Amino acid sequence: MLRRAALIAVPYAWLLALFLIPFLIVLKIALSDYALSIPPYAPTLDLSEGWEGLRTFFAGLDFETFRFLTTDDLYWKAYLSSVWIAAVSTALALAVGYPIAYGMARAAPEWRPTLLMLVILPFWTSFLIRVYAWIGILSSEGYLNQILIGLGLIDAPLAILNTNVAVHIGIVYTYLPFMILPIYATLEKMDESLLEAAEDLGCSRVSAFWRVTVPLSKSGIIAGCFLVFIPAIGEFVIPSLLGGSETLMIGKVLWEEFFNNRDWPVASAVATVLLLILVIPIVLFQRNEQKQREAEG
Amino acid sequence: MAQPSPQQVFAPWEDPSETPLIEFRGVTKRFGDFTAIDDISLSIFRREFFALLGPSGCGKTTLMRMLAGFETPSEGDILLDRQDIAPVPPNKRAVNMMFQSYALFPHLSVWENIAFGLKRDRLPKDEIAARVTEMLRLTRLEKFARRKPHQISGGQRQRVALARSLAKAPKLLLLDEPLGALDKKLRQDTQFELMDIQEKTGTTFVIVTHDQEEAMTVASRVAVMDEGRLVQVATPDVIYETPASVYVADFIGDVNLLEGRATPVPEAGEGRVDLAWAEGQPPIRATTDRAFDKGQQAWFAIRPEKVTITPGRPDEAANAVKGRILDIAYLGNISTYHVELPTGHVVKAQTANTRRIARRAFTWEDEVWLSWTATAGVLLEG
Ligand SMILES: Nc1ncnc2c1ncn2[C@@H]1O[C@H](COP(=O)(O)OP(=O)(O)OP(=O)(O)O)[C@@H](O)[C@H]1O
Ligand SMILES: [Mg+2]
Repeated sequence: MLRRAALIAVPYAWLLALFLIPFLIVLKIALSDYALSIPPYAPTLDLSEGWEGLRTFFAGLDFETFRFLTTDDLYWKAYLSSVWIAAVSTALALAVGYPIAYGMARAAPEWRPTLLMLVILPFWTSFLIRVYAWIGILSSEGYLNQILIGLGLIDAPLAILNTNVAVHIGIVYTYLPFMILPIYATLEKMDESLLEAAEDLGCSRVSAFWRVTVPLSKSGIIAGCFLVFIPAIGEFVIPSLLGGSETLMIGKVLWEEFFNNRDWPVASAVATVLLLILVIPIVLFQRNEQKQREAEG
Repeated sequence: MAQPSPQQVFAPWEDPSETPLIEFRGVTKRFGDFTAIDDISLSIFRREFFALLGPSGCGKTTLMRMLAGFETPSEGDILLDRQDIAPVPPNKRAVNMMFQSYALFPHLSVWENIAFGLKRDRLPKDEIAARVTEMLRLTRLEKFARRKPHQISGGQRQRVALARSLAKAPKLLLLDEPLGALDKKLRQDTQFELMDIQEKTGTTFVIVTHDQEEAMTVASRVAVMDEGRLVQVATPDVIYETPASVYVADFIGDVNLLEGRATPVPEAGEGRVDLAWAEGQPPIRATTDRAFDKGQQAWFAIRPEKVTITPGRPDEAANAVKGRILDIAYLGNISTYHVELPTGHVVKAQTANTRRIARRAFTWEDEVWLSWTATAGVLLEG
């Protein structure tokens, strides 16, 4: 009994230290008011005054910043646009990732470890450097435009960098392994005789794929989509390096509130709302994982 | 056995004017440099219940997979209704297969699994529902219709697989060990159901089984395979009574095998051959329709139930040997006596237990006589 409690205590302590406490701090800042000092908000907790200090501290907290988020349409537009960009990127990542995962699962068994390695390989270099590399590829004098012009496909360079297209490319590129790996895991487990059975019962190859392969990889597809969608919503580096002035993403807004406006309470409120938005897909993701485990159990 | 059968007996393989439903013509299948099927020629006729028997890995599943269209022969042709089926994809063949591994769709319920093939034929909804209900009833799965395959037992899964393959009522049904996981009672019931279905629908069945009793019960003909080759194809009684080789005799049922040298004795009667099988023992008198040379190596094969066991020497037996009871296996309805001869051979004799066990005539260490007639066993070349 004690051993069980101790075992459960470890992950909870981890969650408490690395998630709940930081979240409470952020929430507290969100409830504070902007002030010209360091840290740039008030009130601050002064424990030397005892109960009285605690009371004035709590009295100083209010939801002013959250109300402010509703007055300026920048914020909800940024949230919506983030969700949209993340959703489109997720769909693209699925479209690119599924065939790759399928090909890997169908490859000869001795090739699979190598292919897996190749998928994970990009993680060995810094994410930032890889995103910078895309600037070199996508800019108007970049490799892509040079090749397209060299092939005579276009006359003038395409403006890809600093557009949402570049952001989509960046997100798909960065998060593709998170899409491929869970799909590959489900496809690899699949029994090939199921496809034979489907064909035996009158399915063509194509309809066997839609009726058997896709439903059986559903949990992998869902897991992959969440693993791309969730971090993509709050993505900051990719839109700021590859995106343009039209690119509106909440991560960028957050950064600007923190470092340009130095308005920590508003920035914290933005972060808190972002977290609340993300709770929905995270819970759905968890439920998918659980259902998957039950189905296998 | 080799006599022409009367007209009412179902034996299309003896009628040269009959065209086979399936014809293998010199079919060989290789996986890399391993030969799984070795130059098989075989005809299976409409409405047959054809059983494939053979040890694990002899190529039974491979043979079926070629019929279903999942493997293509490396050499030779397979004809279905006189058409070469090589270019026909599996989904266009009027053939359904029950997989040895069941291959049930894990994301679909029992009901949906059975309905899968019917839906592909775009049958009307109520027709599908009626057919699925019929299949569920047949395999006694009504209670499990809504469950997923992982929520039912192994035997139930096997029945789902069977129901799914039966649902489309195909021209040719391939069943790869369809009843292995069922208990004896259910297995017998299902065997009779299968025969019944066949009566009604005229479907041709090819069935793989490890259970020789099952093959004997249901099959119109049995093919015994060994290492990718057909060793004997015949009706169950021919396979049992006159196996073509020591391998077949040994594979199907229990058999006593005695090795020796043959001496034809035509003066004693047609097909009479003596087998010198041990020093100091009289030769075994046997009748055979095979030709043996003098001194040729031969095996005498006799089923235990054809060996009579008596306390004293029987007067009129063509063959009689004395021995001592080594072991008795009591099987309820019958007992098998293991009798050791002075030569060291152990011969099994089987008798029906018509009396209670306490009143049994023989017991361990008893001296007994074993006897059999000249036509009770067969003489084999190897
Ligand atoms: N795809 C394959 N690649 C290589 N060898 C194979 C393949 N499929 C079957 N074999 C081999 O062919 C032989 C026959 O296999 P098959 O599955 O037909 O045996 P089986 O008679 O059905 O055996 P069991 O009674 O155990 O089911 C086996 O030795 C098997 O290892
Ligand atoms: Mg098999």
